[in-house]
Amino acid sequence: MAPPKLVIRDLGKTYRTDRGEVVALAGVDLDVGENEFVALVGTSGCGKSTLLSIVAGLDSMDQGAVTIDDEPIMAPGLDRGVVFQSYTLLPWLTAEGNVAFALAAAGCKPSEVRAIAREQLALVGLDGFERAYPNELSGGMKQRVAIARALSYRPRMLLMDEPFGALDALTRHHMQELLTRIWERHRLTVLFITHDVEEAVYLSDRVAVMSNRPGRIKTVVPIDLARPRRYELVSTPEFQRLHRAVLDSIREESIQVAQLGRALER
Amino acid sequence: MPPPPEVKAGSGKRSSRPRSRRLRAFGAPISAASFIGIAAAVFAGIAVAWSVVTALGWVGPLFLPSPTRVILRLNELAATGKLADDTAVSIYRITVGFLISTLFALPIGVLIGCYRSWEGAIEPLVDFIRYMPVVAFIPLTILWAGTGDAQKFLIIWIGTFFQQVLLVMDNVKGVPRDFVNLGRTLEMSEAKILFRIVLPSAMPAIWDSMRISLGWAWTWLVVAELVAATSGIGYRITTAQRFFQTDTIFAYLLLLGVLGLATDQAMKLAHRRLFRYLRVR
Repeated sequence: MAPPKLVIRDLGKTYRTDRGEVVALAGVDLDVGENEFVALVGTSGCGKSTLLSIVAGLDSMDQGAVTIDDEPIMAPGLDRGVVFQSYTLLPWLTAEGNVAFALAAAGCKPSEVRAIAREQLALVGLDGFERAYPNELSGGMKQRVAIARALSYRPRMLLMDEPFGALDALTRHHMQELLTRIWERHRLTVLFITHDVEEAVYLSDRVAVMSNRPGRIKTVVPIDLARPRRYELVSTPEFQRLHRAVLDSIREESIQVAQLGRALER
Repeated sequence: MPPPPEVKAGSGKRSSRPRSRRLRAFGAPISAASFIGIAAAVFAGIAVAWSVVTALGWVGPLFLPSPTRVILRLNELAATGKLADDTAVSIYRITVGFLISTLFALPIGVLIGCYRSWEGAIEPLVDFIRYMPVVAFIPLTILWAGTGDAQKFLIIWIGTFFQQVLLVMDNVKGVPRDFVNLGRTLEMSEAKILFRIVLPSAMPAIWDSMRISLGWAWTWLVVAELVAATSGIGYRITTAQRFFQTDTIFAYLLLLGVLGLATDQAMKLAHRRLFRYLRVR
């Protein structure tokens, strides 16, 4: 087996706040293989976004190591494409302009920028919207441009931080299908953060469940569902079984947290 | 993708509601024509009330001259060329004073909005000075800069710069954190993040801050001219007061109002043109 693309070892992160230290992450171990889609699920505040921020190089770590292709991560870089939870399209640029912005920053030849930008927008089904400004686009369309932008400069892996979290249920389903389709066709290493268990199971090869306070990887559930996946899959018994398994693991966690809370109150 | 259908259903429901309900709804949109109509009606209403009060002799002309008297006075002043000269002088002073102030406020405001250490160095100092009344600086500025244009620039600068700096700082801080993070993930240099992401992103808000502070700059200009000047709108108002020419005072006040309204509308129009991307739907 090929060595994993992304290796996270014994990662720790502590925040210093006015009320003392908060251990956000402690002893996190996680591997993501080449062209593997791994989802990270957990309750809100369990540190999953912090983990992604550290992998993106946007946040510092206190302990442990993170490597991509055996190179340690020191700073943000073009080898990792990031899709943020908030809409990060620059409002003064068109859809095409936003993709071109990233391409230009990545040092793409000016003569090729336009063609690649259009190609990327077509990939996410936005042909015809090249000249639209972000204000003219729905939330789902904005995130599609953000995905096109992150893919455009061919990063070695894609980091997605609850990218569909702000979308309505119907649009979210569309986006999940779109992402699966793109991933199945183009294969890419993806680390995907979400708190939506169904989304995690539907999209991934493996689902990592994070525990709360301090955040660490509790279980990793392999999702051995056949591909290509279509949305009908969610109603099959196999899907339901895996969904259940992931959910139980998270529920155990929240029950423990609640019990701990009660114990502390006494 | 078409817009979600519920939006259309909602607006359909709204138009079937009685008109009075629609007018009372918070933030309900009205047409540009209605907006201008309402604004014009308020002006007309005040003009009518003013005419009635003076025509019935409820207030003596020394305290409140009739609108026609003021308009006639405006005409006379315009005919002699005084009006145009004073306006030109005042506009010159405010343009230079405001530009100097803005040229200082923009880079410093951006700097303290971006770097906490610079904020620590400058923000408390600005707050300290900001609460000193500008009028209290007039004697000092006369001592330092005489009674010419330089002193007017100085007063406008003192009155405007310290407010602008804080506004610009807040505008820059309002740039979403993830916009900067996007620049970082694209390996852009700090300078490129500043000029290609932070500044364009903060620009619409900065423009609005400039529009608001321009109004304050007008006030400080007229105050400076009232106290020590040999020309300009404020100077005319003081001399008119000396000779109990209330109609002249009103004429210049109206002129100030019109200038203010015109500049504000011009700034708003420029905002719509410059930042058209914010309005497209």
